[in-house]
Amino acid sequence: MEIKVKYFGSVAEETGRAEETVFLQDSVVEIWEFVKSICNKYGITEDPSLQVAVNQVLQREGIIQHGDEIAFLPPYAGG
Amino acid sequence: MDLFERYSRQIQLSEIGITGQEKLARAKVLIIGVGGLGCSAAQHLVASGVGTIGLLDYDLVDRSNLNRQILYTGTDVGKRKVEVAQQALHQLNEQVNINTYFEQLTFDRAMSLFTEYDIIVDGTDNFQTKYLINDACVILDTPWIYASLYKYQGQLSVFNYQEGPSYRCLYPEINAKNISCEEIGVLGVLPGILGTLQATEVLKIILQIGEVLSGKLLLLDVLTMQKQRISFSRNEDQVNIAKNREQAKETIDGSFNTCDKIFLDIRDLVDASISQDKNVIHIPLKQLNHRHSEIPRDKPIHVYCQSGIRSREAIEWLSEQYGFQNLINVNGGIQSISR
Repeated sequence: MEIKVKYFGSVAEETGRAEETVFLQDSVVEIWEFVKSICNKYGITEDPSLQVAVNQVLQREGIIQHGDEIAFLPPYAGG
Repeated sequence: MDLFERYSRQIQLSEIGITGQEKLARAKVLIIGVGGLGCSAAQHLVASGVGTIGLLDYDLVDRSNLNRQILYTGTDVGKRKVEVAQQALHQLNEQVNINTYFEQLTFDRAMSLFTEYDIIVDGTDNFQTKYLINDACVILDTPWIYASLYKYQGQLSVFNYQEGPSYRCLYPEINAKNISCEEIGVLGVLPGILGTLQATEVLKIILQIGEVLSGKLLLLDVLTMQKQRISFSRNEDQVNIAKNREQAKETIDGSFNTCDKIFLDIRDLVDASISQDKNVIHIPLKQLNHRHSEIPRDKPIHVYCQSGIRSREAIEWLSEQYGFQNLINVNGGIQSISR
């Protein structure tokens, strides 16, 4: 299945891209598993302050569906 | 008559009218941090005729602020931000009361000061103060408008509005390092845009028009001009963490010198009055590596830094590396220790 991934803030710098399409072989993938695999792929520290949204809704639990859009949202501090 | 003329372009909007303008005149808004966000939000709130504006900041104008903190000019360098901002805003609209607070915000101060205002605007540049604002607002039932910047991107949301989610419901943990505009840079217009959006949310709340950005995080990337709206919900556990902040405070009887607890202060610089107290061991974070043997192991040691973040990291590290089992974090940092 095909997943669209968006990276924001410092995460986009760690991945070197603002978005990408990821292809998954497995048909059942938990959101947290997917987040872990992306973090491993780019060497991102899996910090609890890193939030994840699936189809514009903040969530960590559940299963990814074909066509989902997953956003990585680190907190920002600048003012 | 002047009231009507000055605000005529917004009074003529049917959703606002004279009634709305009077609501604005009665409103009291406190801006924490008069940097890029704060300058921009303040400017629009004052121009729109919000009756009372409070400005809190403990900083002086620096030349490197001038690309984005638009209330200041080159001749203001070195002066107190709150005072320069007050003058500039008074020139913009002399009908608005502007209160200034040249001080660093503490939790206790927030708990008393916030009661004098209807809405809080977050113009801060660090996580500790955002959690502090959040927790005080949750306890006092005050809405606050959050914004944060990263280079070319901004985040915006309204927290604690009509039983809506709080900042902790969006970001429960504070492990992340503060990355300020000073360290990584920021496009000059970005705080202007986000500060203006914060002012917009303030006006919507006061005027009770439109849909307030509660339970939603707006992400704006000005390089691509793409925006996203992320929904999130209230998490009662997180709200309770905020509510319990008062109880979570460390209390000591009398001074550090006479209390019955032992503290480890890991800050680099410590005021002389504390470092001489006999119940405080002072070892800066960077020296823990070679001075850990000075920390007693036979009694509970309460470890603190400025905010409670580095002390938590230090405890984890000391426990892992040297097997300490008696270290307790002072979650709110030095400010939370009440005497």
